[in-house]
Amino acid sequence: MDTAPPAHTSPDPIALSWFREGAMTAWPICFGYIPIGLALGVLASQAGIPAWAVTMMSALVFAGSAQFICVAMLAAGASTGSIIFTTFAVNLRHFLMSSSLAVHLSGVRRLFLNFFAYGITDESFAVNMTRFRAGNWGRWQAITVNQLANLAWVVSTTCGALLGQFIPVGAFGTDYALTAMFLALLIFQLHDIIFIFTGLASLCIAVLWYLFIPGDSYIIGASISAATIGYFLKRYREKRR
Amino acid sequence: MTFVDYLFLFGGMGLVTYIPRWLPLFYLAHRKMPQWLIDWLSLIPVAILTALLAPILFTDQAARSLEIGKPELLVAIPTLIFALKSKSLGGTVLVGMGLYWLTGFMVS
Repeated sequence: MDTAPPAHTSPDPIALSWFREGAMTAWPICFGYIPIGLALGVLASQAGIPAWAVTMMSALVFAGSAQFICVAMLAAGASTGSIIFTTFAVNLRHFLMSSSLAVHLSGVRRLFLNFFAYGITDESFAVNMTRFRAGNWGRWQAITVNQLANLAWVVSTTCGALLGQFIPVGAFGTDYALTAMFLALLIFQLHDIIFIFTGLASLCIAVLWYLFIPGDSYIIGASISAATIGYFLKRYREKRR
Repeated sequence: MTFVDYLFLFGGMGLVTYIPRWLPLFYLAHRKMPQWLIDWLSLIPVAILTALLAPILFTDQAARSLEIGKPELLVAIPTLIFALKSKSLGGTVLVGMGLYWLTGFMVS
């Protein structure tokens, strides 16, 4: 090292560019969270949950589908224990996402990982994995994506709870935003024929699993089965070469 | 429900959500992973994305039955083509939303 960094740089231009890259990548997630967050807030207020409790839930849990289930269960008078257990079952899929992210965050200090883990959602995972794989992506950009998505979620759920039914949910096709984002990320993930086969396998298994087995286990079930099928296809192809 | 009741409920939900998000990252990021695990994990994103999309595109989620040709699926085809050609995440989101918004007028 022959050049020491200047002692006082405010704002740090590198940190600023990390933030900008993160924000540029996070906006489709934030955009997609707004209609869902508003809808959740509206449902919660209809179920008699106060706005401050909605804010607290979004900040502490930060998991869309589990929060919808929680609101429905509270409205139906379910016990605290059964809601917590259901939340655990629904969010177990993040175990797989966290494992995949570990490949790209290897050797990063644990304090950072403790904070990073809080922001792992279906959406931030899909976006960050795509960027990590493409290169030019670091942990600071990734945690910016996580935290901006978190902010959008907390704000939009709170707004939904405060404004109640005054908001037209689903206007301008906003309820397709996350589906469109998943479709784009899926396309970006198809690196070769093995990935295409894995996707097709996951599609078939997920539809069948979803139709015949109640609950949300199809996400974990189809993902693990399809990745395993894809892995053996890959090994088979390598052996034949 | 009181403040403490909500704190207990959401705190519990937060904890059981955080642990599966944190444990693999905390444990695996400081170990040398075997190559088979890395290969297998590299297929997880595509598998999860398709699994998340499958019921949205191919089933009636209220009745939990198979439904081929719903607006979500029809819009998905041009959206996928746009994603493939443009390689743009934000652009694809806007195109998908716009098309889905238009189908709302055609159906109703």
